[in-house]
Amino acid sequence: MRKSFGSFVRKETLHILRDGRTMMIVLLMPVVQMILFGFAISNEVNNIDVGVVVPHPTESVRQAIERISSNPYFTFKGYLSADRIDQALRQGEVDAVVVFADDYDRQMDAFSRGEGGEKAIQIVIDASDTNTASAGAVYLKSVLLEGHAGVVSPETHLLYNPQMKSAYSFVPGIMGMIFMLICAIMTSVSIVREKETGTMEVLLVSPVRPLWIVSAKMIPYFTLSCLNLLSILLLARFVLEVPMSGNLISIVGVSMLYLILALAFGLFISTVAQRQATALLISAMLLLFPIIMLSGMAFPVENMPGILQVVSCVVPTRWYIDAVRKLMIEGLPFVAVLKEFFILVGMTLMLLTVALRKFNDKLE
Amino acid sequence: MSNDPIISVRELSKCFGDFIAVDRISFDVARGEIFGFLGANGAGKTTAMRMLCGLSYPSSGSGTVAGFDVMREGERIKRRIGYMSQRFSLYDDLTVMENIRLYAGIYGLTRRQMLRRAVTVLDRLQFRSEADTLVGGLPLGWKQKLAFSVAMLHQPEVVFLDEPTGGVDPVTRRQFWELIYEAVADGTTVFITTHYMDEAEYCSRVSIMVDGQIRALGVPADLKRQFAVQTMDEVFRTLARGAKRSE
Repeated sequence: MRKSFGSFVRKETLHILRDGRTMMIVLLMPVVQMILFGFAISNEVNNIDVGVVVPHPTESVRQAIERISSNPYFTFKGYLSADRIDQALRQGEVDAVVVFADDYDRQMDAFSRGEGGEKAIQIVIDASDTNTASAGAVYLKSVLLEGHAGVVSPETHLLYNPQMKSAYSFVPGIMGMIFMLICAIMTSVSIVREKETGTMEVLLVSPVRPLWIVSAKMIPYFTLSCLNLLSILLLARFVLEVPMSGNLISIVGVSMLYLILALAFGLFISTVAQRQATALLISAMLLLFPIIMLSGMAFPVENMPGILQVVSCVVPTRWYIDAVRKLMIEGLPFVAVLKEFFILVGMTLMLLTVALRKFNDKLE
Repeated sequence: MSNDPIISVRELSKCFGDFIAVDRISFDVARGEIFGFLGANGAGKTTAMRMLCGLSYPSSGSGTVAGFDVMREGERIKRRIGYMSQRFSLYDDLTVMENIRLYAGIYGLTRRQMLRRAVTVLDRLQFRSEADTLVGGLPLGWKQKLAFSVAMLHQPEVVFLDEPTGGVDPVTRRQFWELIYEAVADGTTVFITTHYMDEAEYCSRVSIMVDGQIRALGVPADLKRQFAVQTMDEVFRTLARGAKRSE
């Protein structure tokens, strides 16, 4: 039996190796995603070109401009006349324009005393990218009003991710998605492909137990995912400079558990689907969509309406991402993720039982 | 080699809900025979064959294949039979040799047995130069001959062929049948379904299924005499005309 199992693993490995393009995608996808999410898609305020309109230069105006030009997140682009604002924004010379009022000094005095002064500064910003615009406007305002915070100014400390680097929070999300994609989708498609081409029938007539057939399929995909885990962790540590303060063994352990869960999911899908296209469709509807929307990867679970928060509890990725966040970014010990760990163990056992039972039924 | 029939079936039935796919069929196949299992599409051939291969449990009745009970000993049957389906059963993205090695592994052949039989197979098919070619690049006829040889790799007592020559040109079909005759000469029993009535003439005995039941069973020459016609094609059409089920 061990011998035939070996020849199966060998065959599955050959399938993957022969399909070079797919393998490249599988190995490069996490790398590309890490780089995309880590650098390109950032919600940080960065490199905002600012122009100013100064009808009446005074010392305090000069100080305000100084604060903008010395700030690393803004690039001071020079002075504009009021009638050129629109043109400068349209031509992309600047992203934002700060218009100082004629009576800026008097307005600011009033503001400091808490008696109006709302018209001291006008900020005109290119909002074609709404996220950057609103973040930029808020930040610009706080820079300009520095020292004038006579009104309520809560002091906020950002813990764990003080620079608010988006890369940090995306890493666990990417891991949650990639592993589900590779293990669940690829295994289910590869099992269903054999049903479609008819080779599965020949395998079922052979003395090899069906369970061995699917287990042999899972091993190469499990190995591939482990390679991806390695590349993601290396990238996170050395390129995105995620501190990885948590226990590395716990991160790897929880990830392995999640991989097994994803494989069980793939097996389950393959028992339901008869065609590769169906398997892909089910995967997308049942996995990809809920994972992105409900796992907390893109939108925080806490902000969802109550009913969606309940639904998100059955999305395994949510628990995995929570656990990895705690371990990787907050640097908590394994004890802190025991709840998530046991929920994942429970889900894995349940999925495996259902998938195996369904798989055995199907053979009749 | 004993004189017991290698396949023996009594009142075998298979129901899917209310639908009776196979309706109390009974027949024996002797060792060394080429048994033609004919019937129109939907007559129940494939379902019956699946029960004999241990892929599907009979609803009622009994049967033995290679001395083992189809109800209880499906796993032991699987070790003693070969199977080739109408759909192509090898892996396109593996080479000829890798396919042979895979099936040799599945049936637990030793490395030495595998190499010896691989050489025999490749020589017989004059495939030696193609050993490292991907199967996907071979012409259909070659693939089917290779699939048959791979199904015979572990020297099964009986080989089940489900429409093995579908879509293959006449010359290759002829060559395919030569392979079947060689297998029979080596002592293998062949159980074959086909749509080509000229192939039915090559069989030692044939059965014809209509609506889940076996309506005719015997040596082709006897059947032609019984129905007073010249060809198996006419025998088949006479019987199939009465079919209630189609496609």
